[in-house]
Amino acid sequence: MSESPTTAIDIAAAVRDGRVTAAEVVETHLAAIDAREAELHACNAVLADEARAAAGRGDAARAAGATLGPLAGVPVALKDNMCTRGIPTTCSSKILEGWRPPYDATVVTKLQEAGAIVIAKTNLDEFAMGSSTENSAFGPTKNPHDVTKVPGGSSGGSAVAVAAGFAPISLGSDTGGSIRQPAALCGVVGLKPTYGTVSRYGLIAFASSLDQIGPFGATIADAAATYNVIAGHDPRDSTSYAGAMATIGAAELAGDVSGMRVGIISELVGAEGIADDVKRRFTEAADALSAAGAKVEETSVPACVYGLSAYYLIAPAEASSNLARYDGVRYGLRIEADNITDMYTQTRTAGFGPEVKRRIMLGTYALSAGYYDAYYGKALKVRSLIARDFAAAYEKFDVLLSPTAPTTAFGFGAKTDNPLAMYLSDVCTIPSNLCGDPAISVPFGTGDDGLPVGVQVLAPALGEPALFRAAAALEGSAP
Amino acid sequence: MTLPDGWVMVIGLEVHCELKTATKLFCGCPNMFGDEPNTNICPTCLGLPGSLPVLNENAVELAMRIGAALNCDILASTFHRKNYFYPDMPKDYQVSQYDEPINLNGRLDLPDGFRVGVTRAHIEEDTGKSTHVGGDGRIHGATHSLVDYNRSGVPLVEIVSEPDMRTADQARAYVTELRAILVATGASDGRMEEGSMRVDANISVRRSETDEFGTRCEIKNVNSIRSLGRAIEYEAARQVGLIEAGDRVIQQTRHWNEQQGRTITGRVKEDADDYRYFLEPDLVPLDPSPEWIASVRSELAVLPATRREAVAAATGADASATAVATVVDLELDQLVLGAVAAGADGRIALARASNEVAADAEGGRGLDVAAFTAVIAMESASEITATQAKTVLGELLADGGGDPEAIAAKHGFEAMDGSVLDSVVDKVIAANPNEWQRYKDGDAKVTGFFVGQVMKATGGKADGKAVTAALVARTKA
Ligand SMILES: [Zn+2]
Repeated sequence: MSESPTTAIDIAAAVRDGRVTAAEVVETHLAAIDAREAELHACNAVLADEARAAAGRGDAARAAGATLGPLAGVPVALKDNMCTRGIPTTCSSKILEGWRPPYDATVVTKLQEAGAIVIAKTNLDEFAMGSSTENSAFGPTKNPHDVTKVPGGSSGGSAVAVAAGFAPISLGSDTGGSIRQPAALCGVVGLKPTYGTVSRYGLIAFASSLDQIGPFGATIADAAATYNVIAGHDPRDSTSYAGAMATIGAAELAGDVSGMRVGIISELVGAEGIADDVKRRFTEAADALSAAGAKVEETSVPACVYGLSAYYLIAPAEASSNLARYDGVRYGLRIEADNITDMYTQTRTAGFGPEVKRRIMLGTYALSAGYYDAYYGKALKVRSLIARDFAAAYEKFDVLLSPTAPTTAFGFGAKTDNPLAMYLSDVCTIPSNLCGDPAISVPFGTGDDGLPVGVQVLAPALGEPALFRAAAALEGSAP
Repeated sequence: MTLPDGWVMVIGLEVHCELKTATKLFCGCPNMFGDEPNTNICPTCLGLPGSLPVLNENAVELAMRIGAALNCDILASTFHRKNYFYPDMPKDYQVSQYDEPINLNGRLDLPDGFRVGVTRAHIEEDTGKSTHVGGDGRIHGATHSLVDYNRSGVPLVEIVSEPDMRTADQARAYVTELRAILVATGASDGRMEEGSMRVDANISVRRSETDEFGTRCEIKNVNSIRSLGRAIEYEAARQVGLIEAGDRVIQQTRHWNEQQGRTITGRVKEDADDYRYFLEPDLVPLDPSPEWIASVRSELAVLPATRREAVAAATGADASATAVATVVDLELDQLVLGAVAAGADGRIALARASNEVAADAEGGRGLDVAAFTAVIAMESASEITATQAKTVLGELLADGGGDPEAIAAKHGFEAMDGSVLDSVVDKVIAANPNEWQRYKDGDAKVTGFFVGQVMKATGGKADGKAVTAALVARTKA
């Protein structure tokens, strides 16, 4: 073996051709984890034994002449809010400590059927609520480019796993930017697919109408290959899209954007707190697309500015209901008490961290009699206005463009005392979740501090082909 | 028990019925009553993290049948989450239909023609079942609780009536009729004792001169139609008593205590419960196609009211007669209709079906119509007496069939000659002069004595009605 492959596509090809074994691939990545995990804390669990066993089975299958899948021998890291049978799944919360799901999430099954090998469960902000991975009950994850900086969140562990070479690909979940924002801060590709294209069965819910699983990869092609594997109708998920979904192939990955209509969302580029160095990189990215033949124009998506406010009512409202089940009765943490009400209260008081409690309270309030219309009800109206404005924009444009995150990676503790400042990290990513549309963050150079900057491409529902086309063009022209 | 003059009771009923589906509402677990606890469970009906609901199409079909049978509009609908904490509810919210239920604006006509409005009939999931150990069986004060989630996620339809009923009898008739409809349509087995049908009653009272409703109380834990009547009458009287004593009724949930025969305070509802309803994001709107709705309506089983009318028309009985209701409830109406169509006397066929055959309804449903017709024909032609006809029917049912004429011949049954009967009657009267005097004085209770004596003397071959007629004739002599 001359040079060991690093991308998922190259690894799978090499494993299929017999140039490398899955066992060798797994050992290489376990060594990478060994080298930096203590420093970065990307993983809640490293599944060395399980990964070695899976690699052994894969290699044996190849030896027996079996046809190998598109991700044969490819290690994958899973955000620790996706159920893995018999393996602890914690959501980085004390309340789920010790719980082992009796079933696999659909995405896990699909990855394994494609030959991928689950190598780690990664750290996250507790129940995916946060933008820095500082809200994990098990301690924060560090940015591999500068360990004094956050990796973003909530899928910080999965972004770091790819950025640090623990696995060529990983899965995260994105409710308001939880894949794209850490992808930007860690310098990797992160995709939030169209709502309904990837099954949520086995994804522990934060906000069901917004949650979507998606891939991280070091390259656009790896993100696309992973998306191709995990997308598809799932009868176990009633919100799963039942129609035909595009497979991303060579045509899209060639990145030909000549004639493509690209709109720059002026409200997001001009949003509060977008740093100058991020803006500069963003302008370069827009210019690069223009140079590649795209027709790039500024455009307005007016309701977009209300996205953050609507999101911080809708997501907590759904969360307050989704997280009710952690009551100490059936699984996870239980603090014994004299009566059921005290048991509930003490269990939930001990089991949930401050951000989760904040959002449960916010959501409970927003749904309460007498407040529903003013808060939750109004947020739903704003949500439909945003969708309407995006639909109008997509009549004129094939894709839209914005920065992914307002700044490069920030320091630990910089925003933990000010939840609103932290919430602003997601101002550019939230609108896609409210609309159910796909969006991707593509690394595009660095900021003044030398840390990665991401550019976001947005597309209408099921617009993944155009999305990948533009993303590939950006990847090809990134500094 | 009735209310004092000048008072009116107002009753609305909420009936929960479990649908007779093979599997649960949102997962593939068996919908089975009485299995070993926590054996029919999966991630979804246990509400495990990451699990998702998928709506059972058959449950929707059965819910639509209920809507069709109750003359509801069957509409596009949605599901909401009703949020509250309870240990037998694994997600700590119940998925239920809220402001857009599948069935709206129906009605149910009682056998006597009284019409009760049906506000809605919506789909929801059942909870698990808690057993509280220690204390008085309630959750508070228990040392520990056991929860069985086999029932968790079983499909329910909640049928909400308008507050149209004014007497306990109407409420009983409503539940009886509703139950018959649920069974006839195959939507539910309607077993109150097993909890597959549960009735909550909303009761208020008002003075008859006003139209304004009083404060209502909701009565839960009513386990039979008989208890429902008792509970309603008790509760209405309690409320009248309170108001007449210058007190007021406090809106609350009350539990019926069957042993004590009274309702007991449950939760006081001074403030409305806040269930924080919101649209269930894990499900999509339910929008049955017009073709589906039309096929449910057209394939609906013939309803009990229509079947009662058919029996009434065939037998000359009143459609609201108990015998008519009995044969329909026990599904013996086809037996009666078949016999009448074959020429049997309708009155006698109905009488035998609603009594002797009803006593062994299962056997009766398998009874050969021709054999039943032959028995009725022999009786109506006075070839055998009523008593003998009952004996022949009894043997047919016990043996699962047979030749009625052969059975009658085996027993030597034949209608007694009138002159023989007359002489026996005369002998019995002569032997019992004191009883005969009482009979002549109008003491109806001794009729049975004389009939019995004549039967004894004739070895059961006399016709009871003929004996009575002979006795009456002699009082006039
Ligand atoms: Zn189940």
